[in-house]
Amino acid sequence: MSENSLAIRKFSDLANPTRFLALAARALPWLAALTALFFAAGLWLSFTTEGDYQQGETVRIMYVHVPSAWLSMMCYTVMAISALGTLVWRHPLADVSAKAAAPIGACFTFLALVTGSLWGKPMWGTWWVWDARLTSVFVLFLMYLGLIALNRAMDDPSRSARVSAVLVLVGFVNIPIIKFSVDWWNTLHQPASVIRLDGPTIDPEFLRPLIVMAIAFTLLFFTLHIGAMRNEIWRRRVASLRRQAARNAGREQLAP
Amino acid sequence: MTALFLRDLKLSVRAGGGAMIGVLFFMTVVAVIPFGVGPDLNLLARIGPAILWIGALLASLLGLDRLFQAEREDGSLDLIMMQETPLLLTVLVKCAAHWTATGLPLVVASPFLGLFMNMDERAIGATMLTLLAGTPAITLIGAVGAAVAVALPRGGLLVSILVLPLAIPVLIFGVSAVYAAIEDPAPFLPPFMILMAITLFFAVIGPVAAASALRHSAD
Amino acid sequence: MRLLAEGLSARRGEDLIFKDISFDLAGGEALVVTGPNGSGKSTLLRVLAGLLGADSGRVRLKGGPAGFDHPRELSHYLGHRNAMKRELTVEENLIFWQRFLGDSPGGSGDGLVEAATAVGLADIIHLPFGYLSAGQQRRMAMAKLLVAYRPIWLLDEPTAALDVSADRLFAGLVARHLERGGIVIAATHQALGFTGVKSLEMTGFFH
Repeated sequence: MSENSLAIRKFSDLANPTRFLALAARALPWLAALTALFFAAGLWLSFTTEGDYQQGETVRIMYVHVPSAWLSMMCYTVMAISALGTLVWRHPLADVSAKAAAPIGACFTFLALVTGSLWGKPMWGTWWVWDARLTSVFVLFLMYLGLIALNRAMDDPSRSARVSAVLVLVGFVNIPIIKFSVDWWNTLHQPASVIRLDGPTIDPEFLRPLIVMAIAFTLLFFTLHIGAMRNEIWRRRVASLRRQAARNAGREQLAP
Repeated sequence: MTALFLRDLKLSVRAGGGAMIGVLFFMTVVAVIPFGVGPDLNLLARIGPAILWIGALLASLLGLDRLFQAEREDGSLDLIMMQETPLLLTVLVKCAAHWTATGLPLVVASPFLGLFMNMDERAIGATMLTLLAGTPAITLIGAVGAAVAVALPRGGLLVSILVLPLAIPVLIFGVSAVYAAIEDPAPFLPPFMILMAITLFFAVIGPVAAASALRHSAD
Repeated sequence: MRLLAEGLSARRGEDLIFKDISFDLAGGEALVVTGPNGSGKSTLLRVLAGLLGADSGRVRLKGGPAGFDHPRELSHYLGHRNAMKRELTVEENLIFWQRFLGDSPGGSGDGLVEAATAVGLADIIHLPFGYLSAGQQRRMAMAKLLVAYRPIWLLDEPTAALDVSADRLFAGLVARHLERGGIVIAATHQALGFTGVKSLEMTGFFH
């Protein structure tokens, strides 16, 4: 994806947060506009294409559900790369990126879970089944929340960055193991009543809006991510200004 | 007193506060159960209320040890104990703030977890209601444990060990009220009334005992 | 108003910390308690604050407001720790103590900004308490003495972590409190720089 490569080129270009801020200020309006454009197209396509003969209108949930599920995983990958950046290259922006991505990832995962649940109710007759795929996504959601809690619990960003980077990487290494064990657990127990999602190959009729929506969601992710990184940099600057103010305060008045 | 309530609420939502951790712990504990017992929806629906209750019980014990310890560490406890307001009223207010910050979110989160457990609407409603009535009792009993362990360097685990046995009646009547609501022949009200009675009882006993424990642990 | 201690003695566990301490302070008087480490200065202050029971003897208040016969509820106690929350801003901390403590009869506390100005830190009350240096934190803890009125100040090593200029500033606060008829009892092992005060030297026991 072109947007993807743009973002990556920017990341590697970046030497310091100030340059990043300047670039972000220039890129954000364009990214936001592009996101809105793709969303408009994607939503229009989603609502104009025909419903599935089996699932009826509810199939349209897929256009939100599947992209958010993809992004929930991509976001964790972004966090894992950022964590590597923190630990290996000591890139000053890497921990900002990891910290900013966590809440966004949690949101997409939550969206995937909720839409999945809304879709599951008419399809399976229940809000939730402990299907292997759903369960893995739920575990991912819990991991996101744990990371957010960890980031919040420590007030010194440079110290918390290393620690949470370690946890992100351990989680990343663990994801295949979790996935495998959940699959295994599930086939061990799974009652046959559940309809599996992976039916026949997907029809091009559904594929077109799905791809447009996926691009729109990816763009949305990068817009939000860059925006959140910018906010995080600003937040840290404010914090350091305040510490500076605290150090300076009272010196002048008290000087003999 | 409102000042104390608001301060404690503020502290629990600020960075490092326990409000979010409790809910997260609750979710994780409940989410782990199916991995142990298997994804059989009927089985989960049957044991769901009990699991939600046990999860809520454990989660509400989580931040309790800091209830007085944090105050003691920065010296606030001394000032609080010097005031003319009766100490037991102060304890009650602190418990109320602690419950609002950690217990109430558990009650709010319980319906979502109920969905994961494949519980029906009736069971979810009953669980939420009993949690609402029962979790304050856990906080109030926990305050006694927190006050007893306030001066101990590793009070955290000890508080849980001290409090869990005392909280067993709450669990018994909470869970049995939920099952009474689901299964028709058993009446819902008697166990629910007893649950509320337990809460009210501990609303009296808890602060009195905690206040006297705090007085005696002063050094 | 007079604060009287009559034959006070206190124990910690089995050990007798001090015995037979008596003094008599009128409004406007200060008592500086000096002595080596472990001689019981802090214990004495905690007994006066009502946080520890006296083993024998008693603390009395004469001619104070009706209904107060122990000085506990009329006292500010500044211990080794500042009793402020790192997570909250200085302002939130001070407002909390102002509202929680309330004023004792016979006076009223300063406003928040006044109190912070008095300790020379008015422009950083919006910062979280944890951002402040140790000395600044101590000064803010003193501002806490000002926001709610208490006739008696019990100060335990008040000037620990303070530099010389802050020391002077603090002596000024104490002098102002004494002028208004307050009572100050301070435990310290360094000269506090206020003059015309009673002093009590504690020697401690050696078993």
